[in-house]
Amino acid sequence: MMLKLGVPSKGRLMEKTFDWFAGHGVNIRRTGSDREYSGAVEGISGIDLVLLSAGEIPRELAAGRIHLGVTGSDLVQERIADWEARVSALEPMGFGFADLVIAVPRCWVDVDTLDDLDAAAAAFRAAHGHRMRIATKYHRLVREFLRDAGVADYSLVDSQGATEGTVKNLTAEAVADITSTGETLRANHLKILSDGLIHRSQATLFKSRTAPCDDDVRAVLRTLIGRMELGS
Amino acid sequence: MPSKADILAQADRLHGFFRAAGGQPVHTAILQPAETLLDLYGEDIRARAYVTSDALRGEQMLRPDFTVPVVQMHMDSGADPARYTYMGEVFRRQERDPHRPNEYVQVGYELFDGADPAKADAEVFALFSEVLSPLGLRAATGDIGLLLAAVEGLSTSDKRKAALKRHLWRPRRFRALLDRFGGRAPVPETRKRLLAQLERKGVDAVMAAAGPEIGLRSAPDIKARLVALMQDAAEPAIAPAEAELLDDILGLRETCANALEHLRDIAVDLPSILPALDRMQARLDALSDQGIDVDLLDFEASYGRTTMEYYDGFVFGFYAETRPDLPPVASGGRYDALTRILGQGRAAPAVGGVVRPELVLALSEGAP
Repeated sequence: MMLKLGVPSKGRLMEKTFDWFAGHGVNIRRTGSDREYSGAVEGISGIDLVLLSAGEIPRELAAGRIHLGVTGSDLVQERIADWEARVSALEPMGFGFADLVIAVPRCWVDVDTLDDLDAAAAAFRAAHGHRMRIATKYHRLVREFLRDAGVADYSLVDSQGATEGTVKNLTAEAVADITSTGETLRANHLKILSDGLIHRSQATLFKSRTAPCDDDVRAVLRTLIGRMELGS
Repeated sequence: MPSKADILAQADRLHGFFRAAGGQPVHTAILQPAETLLDLYGEDIRARAYVTSDALRGEQMLRPDFTVPVVQMHMDSGADPARYTYMGEVFRRQERDPHRPNEYVQVGYELFDGADPAKADAEVFALFSEVLSPLGLRAATGDIGLLLAAVEGLSTSDKRKAALKRHLWRPRRFRALLDRFGGRAPVPETRKRLLAQLERKGVDAVMAAAGPEIGLRSAPDIKARLVALMQDAAEPAIAPAEAELLDDILGLRETCANALEHLRDIAVDLPSILPALDRMQARLDALSDQGIDVDLLDFEASYGRTTMEYYDGFVFGFYAETRPDLPPVASGGRYDALTRILGQGRAAPAVGGVVRPELVLALSEGAP
C-alpha cells in the first residue's frame, strides 16, 4: 500500500507547501505537463502524491482516502465534525496565516466586546423585528464560538465571498470572516471586536486517523517524519 | 438494541395509554417551515435540526420536536380545554457523538387548559409517572417560573432584570451578568474609556467621530444603547445579600415539601416569589390528590435551565439512576409563553411532555 499525501494543487499555497517540504529535506515536484495534476516525491519510495483543491483536503482526510494532507486549520475545524477524533495536526507550517474574527461597523461605538454584541443584538431584534444577521461562510466555528460566549438573538447568513460588503448592502449587520491584516475590514468601515478572535488559522500538515494503514504505510510514514525531523 | 418494530409497538402501547387518558390523537407534518423554528430557537436549532430546502417553500426542517406544530394546530382550533397525544419520529442532527441517534420515536401528551394550571401540571406529571412506574425511575422537578419571579424581585433596573431573564437558560452567561450587576466583576477598560468620553464630549460628538453610518443598525439604535449604558453605569450594584438569596434559590435541591418550606423562609426577604410559591403549593396539593408522594418527590430549582428555552413554569424529567449514560426517558413542562408567541398575542396556557419508547424498551429488557 502507498502512503497518500494530499497537497494543494495550485497557486501560492502549492508553492509554499513545496518550499516547506524542501526546507524539511523532502523534495516534491509536479510531473507531466503544466496542466496535468500529477506529482512525485523524490528520494522516498512508497509515497503517492495527490494534488487536490485545498478546500477538499479536509474531506479526504476525514474519509481516510489520504493519509497526510496540507490545508488550513480553519477549513479542518469548520468542515470536519468532531475533527480531533478524525485527524491530528502533525505540524503547523508557518504560512497561510489568517484570523477568523467577528467584525462590526466602526460606527457602533457602543460595541467593543461579545457582551456588547449580545446586548446590541437583543435591542436590535426588539427594534427591527428580526435577529441580528452575521454574514459568514464559517457557520460551525462561528456558531460554536457564539454559543460558548452566550450570545443570543443573532442569525447567521451565508456569504461565500465579498463578505465585508454585506453590511453596506444591508444583507447583514455584522460579519465573521478571515482576515490577515484587517485592511479589507477597515476599508469597509468595519472593526474587529476586542474579544472577537474565533480562530487563528495557518497551513498545517494533518494526519488522518481513519485512513487504512498497513506495515508499508507505517514504515514510509516513519521514514518521512524522521527525514523531516518532526517531533511527533 | 431493540428493533424498529419493537419500538413502534412500545410507542403504540404508550400512545394507547395517553388516548385512554383523554388525549385526542393528532398528526403533524415531518417537514416544518424552518423560519418559525429559527425565529423561536435561534441559530442553535440549526446545529441540532436537519435543514433542507426547495425552490418553492424555501428552508424546511425535519421535525425536531412535536410541541411547536401541536401548539400551532391548537391555536388554529381554539378549543379549550384540549388534550392531545401523538407519536412519531423526531430528527436531531449529531455533530459530536456518533452513538447518539439522529432519529428516534417520541410519544407525547399535551394539555391546554387555562382554568386550573396546578391541576393541569399535576395531571400531566401523574400520567407520565403512572405509565413509567414499572421502571423505577427517579423523577426530577423544577419551576422556571420561580426563577423568573426571583429575578423580578431584585432591587435593580428593569433593563438589568430583562437581561438576566433573557439569559436564564444560559447559566454561565447569567452568572457573568449577575457578577457584573453585583459589582463583583470589574467593568472592562474599554467600557470605562467609552463612558469617560461620553461624559466629556457628549453622545453626538462621540458618534460623529466614529466613521460613516453603515448597515441597518441605525444611529438612533446606537444612541439608545449609549444612553442605556450611561444609565446603567449610574445604577447601584445589586446588594450582596440579594445576590445571595438568588444563589440560595438556584442551588436548592430538596424534596418538594422541604424545598417549599425553605423557599417560604427566603420569601420573607424576597416577597416577589410569593405568588410562585402559592402556585407551587397548589401544584403539590394537586399532585397529592393524584396520589404522588410529594414528601419524596425531588425539587431542583435549577432544573430545566439548560434545555430548550420554551419552558417557563413547572418542569419535570424521569431518569434511570442505574443508567446515567441514557438521556431522560421522559421530560416535559409548562410553556405558556411559547403559546403566546405562536398565537401572536393570544395565549393558551399549556403543559405537556414526551417519552422515548426505545428507552422504555431498553430499560424493561434490562429489568429482572
